[in-house]
Amino acid sequence: MSDKIRILLAKAGLDGHDRGIKVIAAAFRDAGFEVIYTGLRQTPEMIVDAALQEDVDAVGVSILSGAHMTLFPAIRKLMEERNCADMILFGGGIMSEDEITELGRKGVSKLYGPGTSTIEIVEYIKGAVAKKRAGEKLV
Amino acid sequence: MAEIRNQAEISEQAEALKKAYAEWKTAADATTNKNKKYVTVSSEQVDPLYTPADTKSIDFLRDIGFPGEYPYTRGVHPSMYRGKPWTMRQFSGMGTPEQTNERYHFLLSQGQHGLSVAFDLPTLMGYDSDHERSLGEVGKCGVAVDTLLDMEKIFKGIDLGKISTSMTINAPASVLLAMYIVVAEKQGVPAEKLRGTLQNDILKEYIAQKEWIYPPEPSVKLIVDTIEFGTKKMPLWNTISISGYHIREAGATAVQELAFTLADGFTYIEKSIERGLDVDEFAPRLSFFFNAHMDFFEEIAKYRAARRIYAKRMRYKYDAKSERSWMLRFHTQTAGCSLNAQQPELNLIRTAYEAMSAVLGGTQSLHTNSMDETLALPSDKAALLALRTQQVLAEETGVINTIDPLAGSYYVEAMTNRMEAECEAYFAEIDRRGGVMRCIEEGFLQREIAKAAYTYQREIDSKERIIVGVNGYVLENEQIDIPILKIDESVAELQRQSIKKAKSIRDQDKVTRTLNDLRQACRDNKNTMPFIIDCVRQYTTMGEICDAMKDVYGEYIEPPNL
Repeated sequence: MSDKIRILLAKAGLDGHDRGIKVIAAAFRDAGFEVIYTGLRQTPEMIVDAALQEDVDAVGVSILSGAHMTLFPAIRKLMEERNCADMILFGGGIMSEDEITELGRKGVSKLYGPGTSTIEIVEYIKGAVAKKRAGEKLV
Repeated sequence: MAEIRNQAEISEQAEALKKAYAEWKTAADATTNKNKKYVTVSSEQVDPLYTPADTKSIDFLRDIGFPGEYPYTRGVHPSMYRGKPWTMRQFSGMGTPEQTNERYHFLLSQGQHGLSVAFDLPTLMGYDSDHERSLGEVGKCGVAVDTLLDMEKIFKGIDLGKISTSMTINAPASVLLAMYIVVAEKQGVPAEKLRGTLQNDILKEYIAQKEWIYPPEPSVKLIVDTIEFGTKKMPLWNTISISGYHIREAGATAVQELAFTLADGFTYIEKSIERGLDVDEFAPRLSFFFNAHMDFFEEIAKYRAARRIYAKRMRYKYDAKSERSWMLRFHTQTAGCSLNAQQPELNLIRTAYEAMSAVLGGTQSLHTNSMDETLALPSDKAALLALRTQQVLAEETGVINTIDPLAGSYYVEAMTNRMEAECEAYFAEIDRRGGVMRCIEEGFLQREIAKAAYTYQREIDSKERIIVGVNGYVLENEQIDIPILKIDESVAELQRQSIKKAKSIRDQDKVTRTLNDLRQACRDNKNTMPFIIDCVRQYTTMGEICDAMKDVYGEYIEPPNL
């Protein structure tokens, strides 16, 4: 199996604003990651199905419509139920600091708002995937 | 002889200008910081200095002229803001209809001129609040509307015969317009007296914002239905707002925003003519909607070029005879995508500059964003500050005193010309590829925008472009200290109850019959508007109406291309 970092990117809920996810997809590809994009209007079930099928290291979800407090926990819960809770769940959108803290408590590894550098996100994913893979080897 | 002497004098002057320019250039180059790129927000090179050499092709009367006169470069009204200030129209809507109604009364009491309704995503996608796909979305990025009952609440205590209302909708535009007409009717205001604008430009949804229901062909058919209906029954209503705003927000450059928006507009015009409408019947009620981004002069040039390009095409390509058909009237919203979550108070400053460019560019109405929109929907405080930004602009800065004050600026005129030329090049490319609809299908416009968005982000990541608070002047350990609006999670439950109530008071047989009639009208290719009005009158839900049309038109799914 290749060492390449594999990432699933998804637009959850009804929101169609896909500028952010397309920019981050291009940055991930330039960083050498394998990127699978689900397209728009994905339900939590569709996202977790795709993540399992594609056997990814991380799942990145973009939500700009305000549904993040419902959809992120729903995705996380499904990941736990379907034994893929070791996948990194991260995302981006319009959210307040309080909400980011709360979603962190609910198992979302990292959330980014407008103005985040793609370099920062790429570095975060590299670090988190390295940690995750190291953890796997230990088991 | 006089003629010859003049020619000689002119070439002598040109030589003198060339020489003086060369001398200045040497001096300037010696002290120019060459490590910095001098480009616009759209990554276009800018020269260090503009002179008469850059504007020598301009014929004043032909290319610039007078406000209120062809080609309208200087504005569509002879007196511009001396006659009437721009309409301060803040886009707003959240949570329940009651909560939105309360915000409207507040904004109107604070001097706002017109309303602009933001609907939530389930409403925009044609799902009822109790649909499983509406999970977590109800009332979040706008107000939830399921039936006429909700529209009645939104406009409670607001005289629709007096106010003008803009509604940002798109896919189910005809349904919400129908509800608005029936609410007005119940207030005793006939459709022909209603003033406002319908944002039902679906082409820019496929290109940029990605909120659609049906495939492109039937979607455009529904728009032509509203244009035809408005033209015949609602003489004061702007039947469409052809929108570049979202195209720009998706990452387009200023020229792409301009070119793709106008190309969309021309597509609607051609489709309406195909329907059998006379261009001078419907064109005067078409309106446009542009973005105001951070590059002050580039934006002003964009608005001026937009009016000139449009006037020329309407007059000569579409053969419009009425001057009102030649005028491009537009609403502006400051750029949401220019705002940042870091040091959010800075967004007030950004918005103020952007708003000024819109006004110097001759906008007819304006929305200024709130500083907290990168974090949540606007709080009362942020919404009020956003409105006050426009009031300071209108009352204190003197911008309304004189019309198109930047006309004659070598830079702005040269940039206006460049915008027009680059826009024409895009029109040619779109035509070569078989028109806007074909370009959408093959993803050409979407790819152009995504490329521009990535270029912009890379400039920021590499710090070629500095954004204050983001990649420069960063506050370590920043604590955000502004109030944040929270939408109550009970909105979805309240809407479920509202749907139940509507279903309990309505006559189910009439609902079924009007929905069947609507399906038949879709199949028979009739104008759907009267049938949709019959449906909403029976408290039929948004979801039921959109589903009925889906039965005939189907649904659109975009292939997940990156």
